[in-house]
Formats: sequence, C-alpha cells, structure tokens
Amino acid sequence: MAAPPQGATASAWGGLALLLDTRFKRSLAISVVLIAMVAAPFLFGPYATVILTNALLYVVLALGLNIVVGYAGLLDLGFAAFFAVGAYTVGITTLHFGLNFWLALPLAIVFAIIAGVIIGTPTLRLRSDYLAIVTLGFGEIVRISARNLRETGGASGLIGIDSPWILGWHIETPRDFYFVFCVLAILAVLASARLANSRLGRAWLYVRHDEDAAEAMGIDRVKVKLAAYIVGAIYGAIAGAFFAANLGAISPESFSFQQSVLILMAVILGGMGKIPGVVLGAFIVILAPELLRDVGDLRLLIFAVGLLLIMLFRPSGIWPAGGRK
Amino acid sequence: MNLFDIFTHQLVNGIVLGSFYALVALGYTMVFGVVKLLNFAHGDLYMVGGFAGFLILSVLAPFLGAGWLGVAISMLFAMLAVGFLGVVIQRVAYAPMLAAPRLSILITALAVSLVLQNAVLAMTKGQYQPFGASFGFGGVNLGNLFISYNQMVLVGTAGVLMLALELFVTRTQYGRAMRAISVDKDMCRLMGINVNAVIAVTFFLGSALAAAAGTMAGAYYGSLWYFMGFLIGLKAFTAAVIGGIGSIPGAMLGGLILGLLESFGTQLPGVGSGWKDVFSFSVLILVLVFKPTGLLGKPEQERM
Amino acid sequence: MSLLDLKGVSLSFAGSKVLQDVDFNVPAGAVVSLIGPNGAGKTSLFNCITGFYKPQSGSIKVDGVETMRMKPHQVTRLGIARTFQNVRLFREMSVLENVMSGMHCRTRAGVVDAILRLPAQRREEAAIRDFSIECLRFVGIEDGWHRDAGTLPYGWQRRVEIARALATQPKLLLLDEPAAGLTAGEKQELIALIGRIRDERGVAVLLIEHDTGLVMRISERISVLDHGVMIAEGTVKEIQTNPRVIEAYLGVEEGEAELAG
Repeated sequence: MAAPPQGATASAWGGLALLLDTRFKRSLAISVVLIAMVAAPFLFGPYATVILTNALLYVVLALGLNIVVGYAGLLDLGFAAFFAVGAYTVGITTLHFGLNFWLALPLAIVFAIIAGVIIGTPTLRLRSDYLAIVTLGFGEIVRISARNLRETGGASGLIGIDSPWILGWHIETPRDFYFVFCVLAILAVLASARLANSRLGRAWLYVRHDEDAAEAMGIDRVKVKLAAYIVGAIYGAIAGAFFAANLGAISPESFSFQQSVLILMAVILGGMGKIPGVVLGAFIVILAPELLRDVGDLRLLIFAVGLLLIMLFRPSGIWPAGGRK
Repeated sequence: MNLFDIFTHQLVNGIVLGSFYALVALGYTMVFGVVKLLNFAHGDLYMVGGFAGFLILSVLAPFLGAGWLGVAISMLFAMLAVGFLGVVIQRVAYAPMLAAPRLSILITALAVSLVLQNAVLAMTKGQYQPFGASFGFGGVNLGNLFISYNQMVLVGTAGVLMLALELFVTRTQYGRAMRAISVDKDMCRLMGINVNAVIAVTFFLGSALAAAAGTMAGAYYGSLWYFMGFLIGLKAFTAAVIGGIGSIPGAMLGGLILGLLESFGTQLPGVGSGWKDVFSFSVLILVLVFKPTGLLGKPEQERM
Repeated sequence: MSLLDLKGVSLSFAGSKVLQDVDFNVPAGAVVSLIGPNGAGKTSLFNCITGFYKPQSGSIKVDGVETMRMKPHQVTRLGIARTFQNVRLFREMSVLENVMSGMHCRTRAGVVDAILRLPAQRREEAAIRDFSIECLRFVGIEDGWHRDAGTLPYGWQRRVEIARALATQPKLLLLDEPAAGLTAGEKQELIALIGRIRDERGVAVLLIEHDTGLVMRISERISVLDHGVMIAEGTVKEIQTNPRVIEAYLGVEEGEAELAG
C-alpha cells in the first residue's frame, strides 16, 4: 500500500489526500471524474451544459485567485481585472485587427503579465489591508476604463467575437465549448497541484505564514508575491480569452467588483487553499443560484451570510483541512 | 462663467463633498487606531445610516415635518441605532477574529460588508429609494456664486460633529484612552484600562459619524441606494490615508483635500464625471505608494 | 579581514538611542557571544546585521561587502542566517518543509520549471530534500519530519530553527538566546551542537545569551553591550574581571557572582 502523499502536495489536496490514499483509489477517482465530465452534456441536456461550462470557467478563475489568496495570502479584491484584460484583448484583436484567436490568446497572456507587474510592483509591499483596497481600486479602474473608452466598445461592450477553429474543428456549439473548458479546468488543476508542490509553492506558503521569517531565510518576499500575482493573472487572462470566444460578446459589467467577490467566494466557500475545495466552491457559486431559483434576490445574501459564518466558525472552509499531526 | 467663478463654484462643491468624506474617514481612522484593522464594512454603515435616517424620518415627519428639524432629529436617532450596530458587529464578527491570521479578519470584514449590502439589496430590490426630505432652495448670493442654505447647514453640522469628536478625544478619559491604545494596546491593558470598553466606544462613535454622513447625504442628494456605501467607503479610506491613517485631524484634513481634489479634478481637460472615480483611485494608489503615512500620520517602524 | 565587521553603527527609534557608535567584528569560524543586561540593544544589533533595521549611521560589512543598504534576504544570501528570540517557525508546515525554506535562496526553479517538472527541476527538488534531511540529522532530529512544526516540544522546535538556518548554507549563524527555556541536559547538547557547527561545518557563530555559564563555557570571545554602547570585549577571563562589566550587571558583588557563572 502506498504511503499518503507528504509535504506540500498533501496540503494542496486537503482531506482528499487522506481519502484517496492508494494508487488504485486515486486512479479510480480520476476515471470516475473523467467519465462523468464526458457524459454530462449527453445526460443533462443543453441548458445544464451551459451551466456546467460556467462552473468550469469559475474553476479556472477560482484556481487562479487561489494562488494569489490561498497560497500567497494576498487578498486581491480586483481579480476580475485580469479576467477583463484577457477577454478584451481577444475581443479587440479579433474584431478590430482580424487576429486569429490562437495568436490573440498568447497576446492576452502577455498583457495580463504586464498588468500584473504594473499593479503588483508598487503595491505588493503594502500591508494586507491596504493591498485589498488598492487591488479593489485597480479592478474598478479597469472596469471604468472599459466602460468609458471607445476602443473597448464603451458601456455596451464588444459583440460579434468569432469563435475559434482548432485543427479543422470549429468550436461553436455550447457542447464544444463545454469540452474546451473541461480541458482548461483539468490543466488548471494540474498546474496548481504542481505549483503547490514546488520550490515556488513552498515559498508562497512561507511568505504567507510569516513573511519576516521567510525574508530572514533568504526569500525575496516581493519577488515571490509578484510571482503569485502574475501566475494568477495568467489564469484570469486565459479564462477571459475563452470566455470572450464562448460568449461572442462582452461588456464591462462582467468585470465588476461583484464578479471579483463571486470568484473570491468560490475560493473560500469550498476550502481556501485546497484544490478540491476551490473546485467545489466554484460549483457551489454557480450551481446554487440554479438550485435556489425561488429565493431570487436573497441568493447573494445567503452567500454573504454563509461566508460570514464560515469565517467565524470554520475559517478553512467547508472542505476539511486534512492536516498531518 | 469665467475661471474665477468656476474656481469658487468648485471650492464650495469641494468643501461640501469633503465634509462627507471627512465624517466617514474619521470612523476608519479611529477604528484603525485602536484595533489596527481597516473596517471594510464601514462604508456600508454609512449606507445603513442613510436608510435608517429615511425610516426614522418617515415615522417622525408627521410630527416634526421633513425639513431641517425633522432630518436633524432623524439623524440623531440614526446615529444611535447605527452606532449600536457598529458595536454589535465588532463584538460578534471582529473580536473573535483578532487572534486569527490577518487574512481571516479582512475576509470577515468583507463578509460583513456583503451581508449589509445584500440585506439592503434584498429589501429594496436594488431600486433607488427617495429620501423624502423637503428642503428649501434658498441660499446666499456672493457675486456669481450661489451657496445654498442646505450646503451651509450640511457643512456646519459636519463641522459641529467633528468639533464634538475632537473635544471628546482630547478632553475626556475615553478619548485619552483611545489615543493611548492606538500607541500601545498591551501596555494599556497592563495599566488597567478597560480596553474592550474603549474599543466599543470607538466603534460606536465611528459608526455614528458614518450614519450622520449617510443621513445627510440622503437628505442632500435626495436618494439612497444599497450600493452607495461601496464608493464612499473607498473614497473615505483614500481621505484617511491622505491625512495619515490613525490621525483624527488627518482624517478631517484628508477628507477636505480629497473633496477639493475631486471637484477641481473634474475640471481638468479630459477628466469628465465618467473618469472621476478613476481619478480618485489613482490618487489613492499614488499616496499609498509614495507617502503611505500620509500628511499627518506617524511612521510605523515595526519592532521585531 | 573579519567575516563580519561593524563600524560606528548608530540606531535610534523615535528619539531614543538604541545603539551608539558600535564597533564590533566576528572572525571567520569563531564562536563569539554578545551579552549585556536586558534592553541593552543586543537583538537590535542582530536586526541591524540581518538588514531588518536600518541604522542611521555606520557601516556593516560581510566579507568586505557593505550590507547597510541591503534587504534582509540579500544579507542572508551573502551568508548570514539567524534564529529568533521567540521561535519563529512556520508552525502549520511540516518540520521538513520548515528546513527546506532555507534552501530557497540556494536554488532556482521558477514557475515554468514547477509546472513542467523537467528532470533538472526534479533533481533540484531531491537535492533540497536531501540536504534538509541532512541538516535535521545534524541537529539530532532523526525522524518525525512530517509533523507540523508547531506540535513539537519547545526544545525540538529550537533545534528545527537551527537546522533551518543551517540549510541556508551560511558563513555566520546568529543565535538569539538559543538556551532560553532549555533544560540543563538540553543546554549541554546545545553547547556540543554549537561546537560541531563551528568544527564540522566551518560556520562562525554569534550568540546572544543570558545564561552566563553557557556563555563562559563556549565563547572564544565575548562582547558586552550596555544601553547601546559596547563597553567591553575580550576573552572569558578578561570579561569576568572587567569592572565596568561587573557594574553593568546589577552592582558589584552580585555582578561578580553572576559573571562567575
């Protein structure tokens, strides 16, 4: 029987690592998940497919924010800004410059990295309260700029964004995009797991736990924080790029503070810092409104109260922490 | 209108705006002084204060009218109510989290803010709520400049409240204790100061001032919205930072400066009202990056 | 040229002088102690050396390189590592992960390396793990590496902190009151460990310590700080009989007794 995974990997997977402690169990779990993912659109119909696609989009966004908040401990309240950079880069370059999506995508990533550096460099040395508000401010600046500028289509946004082709296959139906987002979500999960169990992933945790002690051990806390911010930005930009291609139309309201908060809720409600928890949180945030349809306006209030209760009674979120003693 | 007229017009606007920012900024700065926490929900207490004032006014209006007297009395009751709300929030949500990692208490404050916002959203269905005050339109003419009585009353009331706070902080025991705690909380505990009581009083006062600003804003601008606390919270925080977080005169100064900056800033070419908020946020970011201690704040050198 | 060289270092906080014109040095491979009454400024001196406090004037050189303007992590990279007066481990991370933090500044894998898991990155990870285990064994911790560091008994936590500092491959190790809270037996082990750090790893050790008995037994040289001023420097014998030092320690007779250990 194989030993349970040790070190930072275990902490990234949380209680799941304890549950799936043999190679056999892990392979079984992975197979079940993959089969479920492939079968879902056929089992549940087109409407559910769209919802699930949304949930998978949120998985990518939440995993990106998880690196910033959950690993590095930086409360970023303006994460939607990176989502916007990705979406608008694709929107503008494909619409106005006729650029192929697969060229626009790396460009979106580059711009997100630049945005991350511009926002991060002056602000990551601030104390955490200030950082939260400054990132919020940047999020608003991006949204308001998108609303005001002609190039971004103003308040009505951009419409008529083409959907991409890949190897002769036109990705256009909801089901097509569902599978694309499945792949993105899986890649996001794998990348997050590998980052967690690496030199950089550990550095994020050291800085989050005690940044002065980390600094004393030779870790450049500003560089480490900036790395987290930029990696998060890349996740956001990729999500934004495919979001724009999927919807075909984007408007500034998708990139508001409410959006940033919703992504943050996905990160926290399921279990901050733990990959399965973040995935669960993403599904909760997207599926709950569907299931709680009758509740309507109270939905956000329920989430907010839920968040408050979790912080007061179980700060590690719904997912068990699964620490080693 | 010539340049001088524009200048004086914006000067008045700036002072009025600055009064709101100063009142809310005071709450931020006082709370930060005693518990070293930026109360994210503070802006929403302003919003709740506005709605509380509205509700109380609708009850009192048949007896006191909806003019200055009615609004003033409503405001006082709203200050009491929201002051207590602030204390409750501190006891229930923040006090248990003081030992937890910094991130947790920040998220908790965010959660409180979201609860307040979404509760009011649910109750108002997101609609704008007319405040229902009936103020006159009279005023004073100084050449080309018109200053309404409402503006004068507003600035005057804000000034009175700030003066009252300043007296409280400098002349009473609680006020002295507040300042002592902001310098060294543990020492205060050792010296027998009832730190918890002083913290409660601080939250009460800060929330009450925000509620006063909220009620006045509702009366002056005529309507309330569940999301109005969000923006004012950010602006007031900017004001507190400009003046130096933790410094009470700083918050007043910062509020005034921000109000003036915004009023004059919108006159700059290219900066219309659509970019007003971007302008203010940029000011915030620049101040935090280049002079985080603000104008009157004390530099913090952490002891290891 | 000494390994560590301080000249004319002065530090004040909000008007009060914490360090006044301090001259101080540590030769390579030596064991030096810094003693003095409480509040003398010893930890502040450590914080200046490691770059956490910026003195208003003076010069600090490590191996001839001026470090006054450097960030703390840069000073660590130059070869200065430290432990803290109140143990500052990453309590919710494992013992092994704590020690591995020391190797961060000696390794290089970044984002892309982490995601792609190329052979070079995997080799580096193995090297980090192996060296960290070696450091743990060196301080006498043979197992239990996967326990959360906060669950260890106090004496063991202090050892982990030393292992963590050693993982940075320092030239000089600063120990801030390493014997505080240790039993007599643990203190003996600490003395032996410090000796081995110097002899087997060639690392110089500078310690702040109040247990004068321990200090007298282990130090090649002692420096005495009082109210921010360096009042004496010399061998054990010289310090024990130095009248200024005796006076600084609670008056003449008690001071003599105190210093005799």
